[in-house]
Amino acid sequence: MTLAEQIWQFFLSGLTTGGTYALIALGFSLVYNATGVINFAQGEFVMLGGMITAASMTAWGLPLWSAALIGIAGTTLVGIALDRAAIRPARGASIVVLIIITVGASIFIRGVAGIIWGPDERVVPAFSGEAPIGIFGANITPQSLWVLGATLVTAIAMWLTFEYTVIGKAMRACAINPQAARLCGIELSRMISWSLALAAAIGAIAGIVLAPITMTQYNVGTMLGLKGFCAAMLGGLGNGLGAIAGGLLLGVLEALGAGLISSQYKDAIAFVVLIAVLLVRPSGILGGRRGGEE
Amino acid sequence: MAAVREVPPDNDVHDEVLAATQRRRAQKVQIAAFFLFVALVPLAVHNRYYLHILIVVGLNLILATGLNLLMGYAGQVSLGHAAFYGIGAYVSGILTATYGCNPWAALLAALAVTSLVAWLVGKPTLRLRGHYLAMATLGVGIIVVVVIRQTTGLTGGAAGLTEIPSMTLFGRELQSNMDMHYFYFVWAWVCLLTVLFANLVESRPGRALRALHDSELAAQTLGVDTAAFKVRALVISAAYASIAGTLYAHSSMRFLSPTPFGFHTSIALLVMVVLGGQGTLWGPALGAVTITAIQEALRPYADYDIVVYGLLLVVMMIVMPGGLSRALGALYGRLRERVARHRAGDVAR
Amino acid sequence: MSDVTRRLWPLLMLLGLGVLAALVAGCPKEPEVVAPIVEVVPPEEGRSQEPTGEPLKIGGIFAVTGPASALGEPEADTARMLEEQINAEGGIDGRPLQIIIRDTKGDETEGLAAVKELVDREEVLAIVGPSRSGTTLGIIETVEQAEVPLVSCAAASKITNPVKTWVFSTPQSDADAVTRIYGYLQDQDITRIAALTASSGYGIAGLEQLEEQAPDAGLEIVAKEEFADTDTDMTAQLTNIKGTDAQVVICWGIGPTPSLVAKNVAQLQMEIPLIMSHGVANARFIEGAGDAANGVILPAGRLIVAAQLPDDDPQKALLLDYAKQYEDAFGKPADTFGGHAWDAVMLVVEAMRAGATDRAAIRDYIEQTEGFAGIGGVFNFSADAHYGLNPEAFVMVEIVDGAWTLIE
Repeated sequence: MTLAEQIWQFFLSGLTTGGTYALIALGFSLVYNATGVINFAQGEFVMLGGMITAASMTAWGLPLWSAALIGIAGTTLVGIALDRAAIRPARGASIVVLIIITVGASIFIRGVAGIIWGPDERVVPAFSGEAPIGIFGANITPQSLWVLGATLVTAIAMWLTFEYTVIGKAMRACAINPQAARLCGIELSRMISWSLALAAAIGAIAGIVLAPITMTQYNVGTMLGLKGFCAAMLGGLGNGLGAIAGGLLLGVLEALGAGLISSQYKDAIAFVVLIAVLLVRPSGILGGRRGGEE
Repeated sequence: MAAVREVPPDNDVHDEVLAATQRRRAQKVQIAAFFLFVALVPLAVHNRYYLHILIVVGLNLILATGLNLLMGYAGQVSLGHAAFYGIGAYVSGILTATYGCNPWAALLAALAVTSLVAWLVGKPTLRLRGHYLAMATLGVGIIVVVVIRQTTGLTGGAAGLTEIPSMTLFGRELQSNMDMHYFYFVWAWVCLLTVLFANLVESRPGRALRALHDSELAAQTLGVDTAAFKVRALVISAAYASIAGTLYAHSSMRFLSPTPFGFHTSIALLVMVVLGGQGTLWGPALGAVTITAIQEALRPYADYDIVVYGLLLVVMMIVMPGGLSRALGALYGRLRERVARHRAGDVAR
Repeated sequence: MSDVTRRLWPLLMLLGLGVLAALVAGCPKEPEVVAPIVEVVPPEEGRSQEPTGEPLKIGGIFAVTGPASALGEPEADTARMLEEQINAEGGIDGRPLQIIIRDTKGDETEGLAAVKELVDREEVLAIVGPSRSGTTLGIIETVEQAEVPLVSCAAASKITNPVKTWVFSTPQSDADAVTRIYGYLQDQDITRIAALTASSGYGIAGLEQLEEQAPDAGLEIVAKEEFADTDTDMTAQLTNIKGTDAQVVICWGIGPTPSLVAKNVAQLQMEIPLIMSHGVANARFIEGAGDAANGVILPAGRLIVAAQLPDDDPQKALLLDYAKQYEDAFGKPADTFGGHAWDAVMLVVEAMRAGATDRAAIRDYIEQTEGFAGIGGVFNFSADAHYGLNPEAFVMVEIVDGAWTLIE
C-alpha cells in the first residue's frame, strides 16, 4: 500500500465518522439558535435513536425500517419532553444553570436507558450488507454510504425547511431576533419545542445509521456528544452549514491524525484543532454570521 | 430601618462602607464558627469511613471554592476544571513517587505547573468575549486526560501511578491511613484557603472582579483591565485545584489513575458551585457537601443512583436557579418576615 | 411555592409516565435479580433449613455502571446468584451469607469510598472485586492497613506481584494469555506481529506483556497501534498495519471495540489472521462482529467451550452448571467476568465453610487453597503466589461459523 493510498483510505474512513459528527453538530446548532443553550443531552439523542431501534428489533422482531421509524419517533418525543419538563420550566435562568439542567437530563436519560436495556452493547444489522466497496484502492462499507447519504439528505431537508416552510422561517426569525419575532406573532416557546424535536430527530438518525458500524450501548452518548459539540464549535456554533463542514473536517482530521501522526493521541487531536481554530477564528471556520441564515 | 431612610443621600457611600464592614464582621464570625465546628467533628465521628467521606468533602470544597472565584466573580465557566486537579495530583505524584521529591516541594512545583497551564489557556481565550474559555477548558480537560493516559513512562498511563509516599508535616510522616490526622491536615487547608478566598473577594481586585461579573462594560469604563483580571482569577482557581490535587495524591489511596480527572468530575464541580450558589462565600461549600452527601447516600442503589442524581440536578436547578445558599437565605428571610408580621399582629391585637 | 409546583408539574407527570413505560416495556430487561433465582434453586423443604443467626458478610465492589459495566454487571449478578443459592441451601454452617454489593462506577475515588464503607461501617469479613485493575490498585493500601482479605476480579499482574499479604486475584493473567498466544504462533512459524491495543489499563497491560515476551518467543513486533475505548473506527490504525509486513494482528481490548476491529479488518480485506485477547470471550463479541468474527483466534478460559471438553476435565461439570444457572437466571449467556466473581466468592465461602469466620483466618485459608476447581481454572495458592492460575487455565479457541471451537 502506498502512502497516497493510505491517505485516501484515512480520508474516506474519516468522512464516515465525520458524517455522524456533522449530524450531531447540526442538533447542537439548532437548539443553540433557538435557546442559546448548549444542549449536553444531544449525545443521548444519538444513543436513544440507536438503542430504541435495536431494542424494538429484538423485542418485537420488527423489520429495520419500522424499527428505525420508532427510534426516530421515540427520540423526538424525548426531545419534546426534555423541553417541556426541563428547559421550559427554567426559562430565563442563566446559561450555566441551563447547561447543568441539560447535563442533569443527559445523566438521567443515560441512567434510565441503562436500567431498561442493561449495560450490554446492542447490534443493529447493516442496512445493505457488509461486503466492502473498493473506491480507487480504499475500502469502505456500504453502511458508510448510508451515513454520508443520511447526512446529505438531512442537510438538504433542513435547508428546505428553513428556506421554504413557515415554521422554518419562524424559527430563523426567532434565532435572529426573538423580540421582533414575538412582535410578529411568533410564539417563541413553540419554536423552542420545534427545535428540540428536530434536534432529537436528527440525533436519532445519526444514532441509527451509526449503530450498524459501531454497535450501540447505553453510554455511547457522552463521547459522541462531546465530539459533535466540538464539530459545531469548529464550524461556528449556530451555523447549519458550518456544523456539517465542521463535522466532516473533524472526522477527516481525526482519521488523518490517527493514521499519520499517532493513534494514541487521536482524541486529543480533535480538541487541539478546536482550540487552535478558536484562537485564530473565534467564531469558527464558517462563523461570523449568527443564526441559520444559510 | 426607618432611621436609615431619613439620612441624606450623600451618606449613601458611608452606608455602603458600613454595610461592607458589617458583612466582613459577619463573615469573620462565620469563619470562626466554621473552624470550631471542623475542629470538633472528629470528636463525634470515629468511624474511618465517615472521616474518609469528610476528607473527600474537604477536597471538593477546595475545588469548588476555587471554581467559585472564576464563575461567581469573574463570570467565566470552566468545563474542564478537573484537568487542573489532575495536573496538580500527577505532578505531585510523579515528583514524590518517581523522583523521591519532598511532598512540600512537589506541592509548590505542582502549583507552578498548574498555574502556568491555566495562564497559557486563559491568556488568549479570555481576551475574547463570550464563553470561549468554557470551550477551551472543555478541550483542555480532555487533552490532559489523553496525555496522562498516553505518557505511560511518566504517569503509568491508564494502569496508574503507584506507591506515592504519604505527606510529611514537620519532618514526620502523616500516616495517611490514620484518617484522623489527614482529616485535620486537609481541613486545615480548607480553612486556610477559605480565609484567603474571603479576603480576596473583599480586596480591591475582588471588588473589581465582582464588577466584572455584573457588567463587563461598566468595569472596563471604570478602568479595570477585565482580561487581565479574568486571567488572574483563572490562575488562582487553577491553583486551588492544584492544591486539592496534591492532597488527593497523598491521600490514603496513594495511587493515581486518569479516571477521576475526567469530564464527569469537571461537571460535578460545576454543579457544586452552581447548586450551592455561585458568587457567595458559603454557597460552593454547601454545594460540595450536598453533592458528596447525595453521591454517598445513593451508593447502595447501583443502577438507580445516576437516575436519581440526574433528576435531582434538574429539579434543584429549576426550583433554585440561584443556588441553595440563596434559596435558604430567602427562606430564612421569609420566615423572619412571617414571625415579624405575626408579632406585629399580636401587638395590633 | 405554587409557582414552583406549577413549573414542576410537567416533570412530575413525565416521571409518572416514565415509570409506567418502564413497567410496561422494560420488564424483560429489568434487573429483577431475586425472583428468578429462587426458581433456579428451590429451597427443598425438609432437607435444608432456613439459615439463622448473625450473617457472614462479604463485600462485593464491582463496576456495575460506568464504562466497565460490561464487566461489573455479570460479576454483581453472579455474586447475588451465589448468595441466594447458598442461603437457599441452608447458608454456611446454618448462618446466612450476606454479600453487600457496591458500585464503583469504574472510578478509583468511588471504589475507595466503597471499601471504607464496607470495612468500617458494614464490617465485612472479606471483599471480592473490584472489576478493574485501576480500582483494585487504588484500594490495596487501604485493605492492607485494615487487614481485610481482598479477592480481586481484575487481571493486572501488579495486583499480586509483588505479593501483598491480604490481596489475591482470580482472573487469568495477561502474561499467561500472551504465553499461550506466542506458543500458538511459534507452532505456526510466525515471526512478525502487529499489536493493536486499547489505551485502557487492560490494553496497556497486554501491550507490556506482548513486548516483554516477544524476544524470548522469537517474535518481532513490527507495528504498534492503539485505540481508545470510545473510538468508533479503527481503519486508520489497521491501514497502517496493512502497510507493514506483519503476519498476524494481535488485538488487545475489552468491550465493543474489538468487534469493531474485527469488522474493520474484514472491511479492509486484510489477509492476515486476527488474534484477540481473552477479554472478548463472551457471546457479545461474536454478535457484534457478525461474520467478521469467523476465523478470529483467542486464548480463553474453558467456560465458553465447556461442552467440548473431555469428560474427565475437573472443571467440566461445574462450568456447565454455572452456565445453565446463569442463563436461566438472567436470560443471557454466562461469561468469563461473571466467572471471576464466582471464583472470588467461592474461595471466600470455602474458607468460611472450613470454619474461618474472621478476617485473618479467611486470608490464611485462601492462601493454603490447592486444587480448587473454579470457573477460571484450577487454583493453587501459596505464600508466594497470590495469583492461583498458570497458562494451563487457557485453551486456544477459534471462532468457526459463529461458534467457539476448541483448537489443539
